[in-house]
Amino acid sequence: MNIEPIVNGVVIDHITAGQGMRLYELLGLDKLDCSVAVIKNAMGKRGLRKDIIKIDQEIDLDLDVIGYADPGVTVNFIKDGKVAEKRTIDMPEKLVDVIKCRNPRCITGTEQELRHIFILTDRKNKVYRCMYCETQA
Amino acid sequence: MKRSLIDIVDLSTQELDELIACAKDIMAHPEKYSEICHGKKLATLFFEPSTRTRMSFEAAMYELGGNVISMSSAASSSAAKGESVADTARVISCYADIIAMRHPKEGAALVAANNASVPVINAGDGGHCHPTQTLADLLTIDIQKGRFSGLTVGLCGDLKFGRTVHSLINALSRYEDVRFVLISPEELRLPDYVKTDVLEARGIAYEETADLEGAMPSLDILYMTRVQKERFFNEEDYLRLKDSYILTPAKLAGAKKDLAILHPLPRVNEISVAVDDDPRACYFKQVLCGKFMREALIIKLLKEAGTI
Ligand SMILES: [Zn+2]
Repeated sequence: MNIEPIVNGVVIDHITAGQGMRLYELLGLDKLDCSVAVIKNAMGKRGLRKDIIKIDQEIDLDLDVIGYADPGVTVNFIKDGKVAEKRTIDMPEKLVDVIKCRNPRCITGTEQELRHIFILTDRKNKVYRCMYCETQA
Repeated sequence: MKRSLIDIVDLSTQELDELIACAKDIMAHPEKYSEICHGKKLATLFFEPSTRTRMSFEAAMYELGGNVISMSSAASSSAAKGESVADTARVISCYADIIAMRHPKEGAALVAANNASVPVINAGDGGHCHPTQTLADLLTIDIQKGRFSGLTVGLCGDLKFGRTVHSLINALSRYEDVRFVLISPEELRLPDYVKTDVLEARGIAYEETADLEGAMPSLDILYMTRVQKERFFNEEDYLRLKDSYILTPAKLAGAKKDLAILHPLPRVNEISVAVDDDPRACYFKQVLCGKFMREALIIKLLKEAGTI
């Protein structure tokens, strides 16, 4: 299966197989007008399946969303047909307006215009807690 | 620098020790402190009723020579008109030198602290934190035992939802060689994250049991909490279990002579009135300790803010 190489844009690589569409939705890529390809179950170099997203436009991605949803993903920024920058995205220390607190008694549910902030409290077990009520995400 | 108290973990062990020392000094020499907050105002913002906590803060400020301003009632206040906690905190900062706030929503105190230009003391934010209760607990234990290290602390009742229990575990587990006995029905056991993040992470010894009388002989401190009916899925479980966690003179038969019995109050029936005359009952002393610790805390935060 072939997808045209990108000249200027972003390639999100090494997405855990099956997570591509979820990332597509979390990043709001459905709202873009440019070409976007989601490749499912591509064969990686080490013989492991992975998903890939190719975006045919230079855009600002919320890397925290990527790091939260699927840590270890590689983001390649393509300029003039070459990889201008390659970054491996780890779990961010802090998530701002990425997810919402599910505790019905949390102040974030009633206070207007309060940002939803989560803090990484346990990297090993991937635990984020609401900054306000400490409920686990 | 302006600083607030939201959670007991905001205070270092050294700061806890200093607050306890200050509270004891106030108890011994109240005249030394009777004008320290002269001309300063504490605002008590209680978005849900808690008369005893509010009065404790107000009494504390009066004993320091300060004044108190207060919202008449939550229902008639700006909150009822839909004003945000952030805006309320900004507005009240213009009137008061320090704020004590109780709010039904978890995390509300942090929102207030982030927006107020004066120190905010969390006087309870829903089921989340109530640090001045923990300060009261610590002073009571210090006065009764003269130490925290080496104590065996029994926590009895609702350990699942009891925020005072979680805070006390957090505070006491910083001291050496403290042991916990967690006494509760299966349904109301201490949440796993408190066990893993606090007890196990710090290598603290603990055991879990459903048997209050069996645990009694080993205890130096017995911290009772309320087992509330609404925490159970069905009435039968509640009726079956509730009496097991009511403290009576008979259940104290095997207890140490110098046990200290604490309770955050108000109690409903979890400590029988017959226990009140036992010299080991400390829950009314605890109320007094709460007022003195609030005094020490108000002094600390106003000093750090450069107000006094
Ligand atoms: Zn929350």
